[in-house]
Amino acid sequence: MAQVSVQAEDFDLGAEYRRLCADAPGGGAVVTFCGLVREYYDVGGADEVRELRLEHYPGMTEKSILDIVRQAEQRWDLLAVRVVHRVGILRPGEQIVFAGVAGRHRGETFEAANFIMDYLKSEAPFWKKQITRNGSEWVNIRESDREALSRWQAADDQASARK
Amino acid sequence: MLQIHYFASVREAVGRDREQIELPGNVATVADLVRHLRTVDAGFERMIGEQEQVLVAVNQAVAGDEGAVADGDEVAFFPPMSGG
Repeated sequence: MAQVSVQAEDFDLGAEYRRLCADAPGGGAVVTFCGLVREYYDVGGADEVRELRLEHYPGMTEKSILDIVRQAEQRWDLLAVRVVHRVGILRPGEQIVFAGVAGRHRGETFEAANFIMDYLKSEAPFWKKQITRNGSEWVNIRESDREALSRWQAADDQASARK
Repeated sequence: MLQIHYFASVREAVGRDREQIELPGNVATVADLVRHLRTVDAGFERMIGEQEQVLVAVNQAVAGDEGAVADGDEVAFFPPMSGG
């Protein structure tokens, strides 16, 4: 069972966790990740962020997140997945993204949550613009985020080479 | 008709978020469409020059240069994603 929500409203971590548990009776592990708006993003100077504007591509956003969740479900035996991503105007310290996975065991549940976040950051059509005292700037994908993806892809290549 | 959408820095550079155009007869792929827009639209040409990388989606799925473009499609131009 996979549920994806793109919304302006904040979300309640406890409520999300309880929904995951309810959707995954008999599960043995629940991993939840919550991303927060940073004080500053690594673009140009280190000016404090006043606000972050989150833009997305309605329709494609939901589709691409569901597609990422399907890929995770093919890799691991998962019982339930919930992803919530906020859009609109956010301030430092606010919750921006939630990814929750319920599974049978800890290892695969952690891995699946990590996989979903890695792909979400570079394949779901969201864009961040940070507003500082000195103006505004689009936030670019970080090199470490690209590397995170190539790690999964390298694991795939090794797996297919063994077959 | 083609529905064209622009997002984030690409939207700002082009100066609009969407438009509708007649599918030109010589456009069958993403590369053809980019070539056409660069020729007829100075704002689009300037945007291509300014942006480090522009991604394209056809009917809400990322497509490469050889991706097919047909009448009725929705095409979007945007910079690399930065969510999460």
